[in-house]
Amino acid sequence: MVKLDAIQKRLIEEIADLHSIPSGAYNFRANSQLAGRNTTANIDIISKEDGSGIDIRIKPGTKNESVHIPVVLSESGIKETVYNDFFIGEDSDVVIVAGCGIDNCGGQDSEHDGIHRFHVGRGAKVRYVEKHYGSGDGEGKRILNPVTEVYMDEDSSMEMEMEQIKGVDSTDRQTIAELKAGAKLVVKERLMTHGSQNAVSGYQVNLNGAGSTADVVSRSVARDRSQQTFNARITGNAPCSGHTECDSIIMDEGRILAIPSLEANDVDAMLVHEAAIGKIAGDQLIKLMTLGLTEQQAEEQIINGFLR
Amino acid sequence: MLEIKNLSFAVEEDGVRKEILHDLNLTIEDGRFVVITGPNGSGKSTLARLIMGIEKPTSGQILFDGQDVTALDIPSRAKLGISFAFQQPVRFKGIRVKDLLRLAAGKNLSVSQACDYLSEVGLCARDYIDREINSSLSGGELKRIEIATLLARHTRLSVFDEPEAGIDLWSFQNLIRIFEKMRREIQDSSIVIISHQERILDIADEILVLTAGLITGHGRPDEILPALMQQSGGIQAGQGFCEKLQNDDAGTARPIRWKASPAVGVADVQ
Repeated sequence: MVKLDAIQKRLIEEIADLHSIPSGAYNFRANSQLAGRNTTANIDIISKEDGSGIDIRIKPGTKNESVHIPVVLSESGIKETVYNDFFIGEDSDVVIVAGCGIDNCGGQDSEHDGIHRFHVGRGAKVRYVEKHYGSGDGEGKRILNPVTEVYMDEDSSMEMEMEQIKGVDSTDRQTIAELKAGAKLVVKERLMTHGSQNAVSGYQVNLNGAGSTADVVSRSVARDRSQQTFNARITGNAPCSGHTECDSIIMDEGRILAIPSLEANDVDAMLVHEAAIGKIAGDQLIKLMTLGLTEQQAEEQIINGFLR
Repeated sequence: MLEIKNLSFAVEEDGVRKEILHDLNLTIEDGRFVVITGPNGSGKSTLARLIMGIEKPTSGQILFDGQDVTALDIPSRAKLGISFAFQQPVRFKGIRVKDLLRLAAGKNLSVSQACDYLSEVGLCARDYIDREINSSLSGGELKRIEIATLLARHTRLSVFDEPEAGIDLWSFQNLIRIFEKMRREIQDSSIVIISHQERILDIADEILVLTAGLITGHGRPDEILPALMQQSGGIQAGQGFCEKLQNDDAGTARPIRWKASPAVGVADVQ
């Protein structure tokens, strides 16, 4: 049984594309309370004894199952820190959908700091999708400071899609990953800031085992007077390959600081970084306008495509 | 029908006024396939951009189907039925081929409809429909996708700015086939192509020669081409303004290689 009001349902739709109760395992958290939970034969969700969060345990060999763990805040003034630990069994293949939506119509700040730790077993394959969204016209800020730690065993792979497109006033996200031999990490981050928002995104990826690979790609758009800092570091401690890329569109009076960095501690570490910041190209706007779009519609299409 | 009346375009460069187009007058009737040719820098692309509204004229008028569109912006002209293919197609990160075709069509095309447009331009549709229009596509591929977007628009007037620029010979063969097909199916719409290619000039209803911002020739291919080719044959060595590049061994692309603009107009080629 899931108990959600209309605002909470709308937030869930935004962050998890969920229009109804998902099949498979789930844990819904609304205004710091458990709003619904389902477990399956292979996926168990257990509240931590101290009430600080949940453990999600996925049995070895679990295939084609999903876990949804959305969090919504619709009361002004809530400030919470939640620890979620994921134990993903060997050779499993699962999708994990997380995300947080805050609707703050009040005068006090609302803040959710989710600390997610992933322990990815040998040969396991995980797709992780995380969306952050804010709404509400109160003066209180909507703040999200997620920390993601990923510990990857041999030959495991993890694909992370992190998206924050709208309404979060302040975010400081930190992602740390430790990869053993043959592990593969792909991160796709999409970020858009507007108004006077401030977003910081930092990555520290340590390629510790032979044949480990990481690809960390961030695309972002800074509009109005918003500010962004992207700070991605890949460290190669073994024969490995790593790539990080930050590609940004800057608009209005936005400000972007991109600091991709690489550290090689092994002669066979192959590491590449790229960063580009620029405004929307005039010829892109003109091309779409020749198809009948107004300048504003053209801009939206370009941004939507860029953040896809 | 497109009417251009007393159209001039000038730019300021380092404080010096430079006139690119001088007092052009031109009418393109419905159902016509018109190729505009001329040396580099003669103002061909500028004229094409003026028709689409990408540039604004210094003076003069542009009428489309009797309506004065001179003051209209690009989207307004697009909606009236003018479309434009860029000489160097624009790349977009994240926008896929099918997205662009849908935007061009102005409606939600099915995958098979989108594929039809790609097949028309000789692309194996399934391989391209989900590709991003980014630097992973070659110049020839981009060019054909650009043409496909015009096909998807079905407009009354299509303007192509040097469609042959930057494509390989194999793509060129296909390009000619596409234009021959468009020529056959033109009905009441009209097509304007900026080109140096004899193969494209050959299939035109009308050829317009633009030299140093002036119309210096305008007529049917049989009226215009022989004079251009004859002059290029070295009869007036040093004075001819174009030459034909014979590269039949390599394929069928035959660009007219323009020499420096003639000091005087070539209106007499008519």
